[in-house]
Amino acid sequence: MLEKNPVIFIILAFVVIMIGTTVTMIAPFKWINGPADRIAEVKPYTPLQQEGRDIYMREGCNNCHSQTVRTLAADVERYGNGGSYSKSGEFVYDRPHLWGSRRTGPDLARIGLKYPDPNGMWHRKHMDNPQSVVPASNMPAYAFLNQPLNFAYSERKMKLLNFPYTRADLDELKGKSEMDAIIAYMRKLGTDLPTKKAEAATQAPAARNNPFSDLKAVKTEALSLYAKNCAACHGDKRQGSLGPTLKGSAKSDAELFAVISKGRAGMPSFGSSLDEQGIWKLVTLIKLGKHDD
Amino acid sequence: MNAPTRYVDDSTKGFMIWSIIWGTVAVLVGILISLQLAWPQLNVAPYLTYGRLRPIHTNAGIFGWGIGSFIGLFFYITQRLTKTPLWSPGLARLTLWLFNIGIASAAVTLAMGINRTKEYAELEWPLALVVAVIWVLFSVNVFMTILKRKEEQMYISLWYIMAALVGVTVLYVINNLGVPLHLFKSYPIFAGTNDANVQWWYGHNAVAMVLTAPPLAIFYYFLPKVINNPIYSHRMGIIAFWSLIFMYLWTGAHHLLWTPVPDWIQTLAMAFSIMLIAPSWGAVFNGYLTMGGKWEQMKTNYLVKFLICGITFYGLQTLQGPMQAIRTFSAFIHYTDWVPGHVHMGTLGWVSMVLFAAMYYVTEKLNDTEIYSVKLADTHFWLVLVGQLIHSITMWTAGVQQGSMLLATNPDGSLHYSFMETMIAIFPYYKIRAISGFIYLAGLLVFIYNIYKTFQKGAVAQTAKA
Ligand code: HEC
Ligand code: HEC
Ligand code: HEM
Ligand code: HEM
Repeated sequence: MLEKNPVIFIILAFVVIMIGTTVTMIAPFKWINGPADRIAEVKPYTPLQQEGRDIYMREGCNNCHSQTVRTLAADVERYGNGGSYSKSGEFVYDRPHLWGSRRTGPDLARIGLKYPDPNGMWHRKHMDNPQSVVPASNMPAYAFLNQPLNFAYSERKMKLLNFPYTRADLDELKGKSEMDAIIAYMRKLGTDLPTKKAEAATQAPAARNNPFSDLKAVKTEALSLYAKNCAACHGDKRQGSLGPTLKGSAKSDAELFAVISKGRAGMPSFGSSLDEQGIWKLVTLIKLGKHDD
Repeated sequence: MNAPTRYVDDSTKGFMIWSIIWGTVAVLVGILISLQLAWPQLNVAPYLTYGRLRPIHTNAGIFGWGIGSFIGLFFYITQRLTKTPLWSPGLARLTLWLFNIGIASAAVTLAMGINRTKEYAELEWPLALVVAVIWVLFSVNVFMTILKRKEEQMYISLWYIMAALVGVTVLYVINNLGVPLHLFKSYPIFAGTNDANVQWWYGHNAVAMVLTAPPLAIFYYFLPKVINNPIYSHRMGIIAFWSLIFMYLWTGAHHLLWTPVPDWIQTLAMAFSIMLIAPSWGAVFNGYLTMGGKWEQMKTNYLVKFLICGITFYGLQTLQGPMQAIRTFSAFIHYTDWVPGHVHMGTLGWVSMVLFAAMYYVTEKLNDTEIYSVKLADTHFWLVLVGQLIHSITMWTAGVQQGSMLLATNPDGSLHYSFMETMIAIFPYYKIRAISGFIYLAGLLVFIYNIYKTFQKGAVAQTAKA
């Protein structure tokens, strides 16, 4: 009979596909984003951040960047930037979600913790020309975002998404560029939750000593690390450009270690991309390499 | 053709031609984005950046090439299997117009950055509506033809077609639910983890209802025609069909393993993905066994080569897919280039191979003539096969290499490689993949030339007769 009556067939096919749909897609609405998922610290986007998010969508950054730190140890270590793995409650204001399916570039769920500088100096340089910061990067240059932001719909967006906003939030949009908006969004990502590991990391190195006291022994390696990670901002010869000169320093080894591993203002943190030995080698180069090239 | 019914095939021809055009666009853009990954300087203008082009590639591939040719071939198959002319040829012509307007506007708006970012549902609401209308018009036409049919029995292909009609409608509508801000922007009604779960319920079942059921319908129709054997087992077909469409819908969360989606949904997805091997391989064996006694045609009949190669890649795809759905393996390859390797074995090896065979066959029938050159068809076969294999194999290798580097840790628990080190390691693979794209393109051009020449030959024969 089934093979002879297309109307019954199509109804039955509909019923069959709705079973799995109901269990795995419809039923979960009851729990996901419910009270158990809520995290009080997580805040909705400001008008500027939401504009940035919309530009992120427009440019399809999600084709190369994911936004979920999985519960795997290696994920937390690499992309947690001191925070933990991603939790459902962090995404309740995300319409749509931007978790992505590819990591051609690194995960950005906690990128706000990595480059906390309020002026976004690192992001500006990187977005204008990624290869100037990371030479082998295949990320496209987004210098074209340095154009005025169109905020005609900002208030309507806030209303539609049901996000709180003030006049001042809207006034803040005047004179902003698209670049300002997308950087404001980058800087927000992952910063709502407290990070325990970041605090622990500041204390730890002070207790330890620099294992290298002879520059000669580590110079080649230190110079190559420097060229790869630091030259873009501190100059080819450590003479300083975006960041200050690194030919000698009055700071202690431990202080330098902390700045490099944790970052500060415009200085990104390298704690998750360089290992401890590497950072100590750089410290040695800075302290003892005052007269070397 | 000595059938008593007069079939209407102008729209089949139109859809075939246009889907080939959109397929060529998909391949050209695919080559461009694969070059951009190796040479980022190629991101020359905002509308030509990788982030905007990649969705054009996937949409041109799945909607333009995939769905376009399915519509054309389903018009053809449905008429033959029901021994009934198409319900409304006018509606079919309208569908073709809308289809081309829809795909062209999709390409333009995606280049402009009008993009919902949900994979395979990127189009903003006005265009999503157009897509829905196209699908409904097509579905009504096919369904009415089936209702009015003269052949009582409904052959397996018709089941898969009908399942796709219902399935795609439900999936597409739900995943596109949103609130418009203005003509070019809307926000989904779902947020965060809910939105992710809905998206991948859609995403994976787009694989089921677009990249599995329709090519299976086509395969089951053309293989028996081409080798002149009946399908091996009707009953096996029934069992495989119902269990396939039942199980697929549970598996969406295998795209979301280790994420904040509740664990039990992930576990169900993993279990059902593994169970899916059974109905998938049921379909594969039904194909192989249909060949009974005629395996020598693998050498002598170019269409058999495409079809059997296609179903074999489907078989491999449905073993690899369940493997990727296992948590431990997913931890390793998710987010890496392994997945584009899987994707292109499916789209280039399975879907496209079957479509090529069907299009050659239909072109011969429509023109009442033999193919222009079997030799060129063979060349086409080898070029697309080699192109696809290089593509998939390099990406699997790249994925395994990057995956293991990303997870490698030092004894103290810190990471062994920086992200950039893992990326620099895979650049050579990106370059080889780009070359494989050119090989595939060469195959595609040979195919187009062969089809064009066959139509020309048919036209000459017609004028000679008249
Ligand atoms: C072709 C893929 C690609 C696209 C598209 C892309 N990126 Fe990237 N992105 C990368 C790669 C690769 C890296 C790592 C190397 C680097 O820092 O440049 C990266 C790095 C980053 C980083 C630094 C991450 C870190 O951990 O240091 C940020 C922030 C970033 N991208 C933001 C964006 C934004 C915003 C967009 C969209 C406007 C975007 N990317 C588009 C590939 C891409
Ligand atoms: C994106 C640009 C950028 C990169 C890359 C960068 N820095 Fe910096 N760095 C800065 C800026 C800006 C400052 C100044 C921070 C401030 O104003 O507090 C700074 C400050 C520092 C300081 C503190 C100097 C002092 O005397 O207070 C040290 C040490 C340092 N950087 C080391 C490094 C090392 C080592 C690397 C490579 C591993 C590196 N930086 C990479 C931008 C950068
Ligand atoms: C031979 C020509 C082709 C080349 C060179 C090519 C290249 C690419 C590249 C570079 C990507 C991006 C991979 C990444 O994220 O790193 C991609 C993705 C994709 N392509 Fe192709 N492609 C080709 C043909 C096709 C065709 C014909 C189809 C469809 C029928 C298709 C469907 C897809 C899909 C669905 C994705 C998304 C994969 C994912 O999300 O993981 N491709 N392709
Ligand atoms: C039993 C059958 C199958 C199963 C269980 C399966 C499973 C999977 C899994 C787990 C992924 C996610 C990989 C990851 O991101 O980690 C995936 C991706 C994908 N599969 Fe399959 N697969 C199957 C068959 C197919 C077939 C026949 C096709 C046809 C072309 C296909 C096309 C795709 C595409 C396009 C994606 C990429 C989605 C994206 O990330 O954008 N799959 N599959």
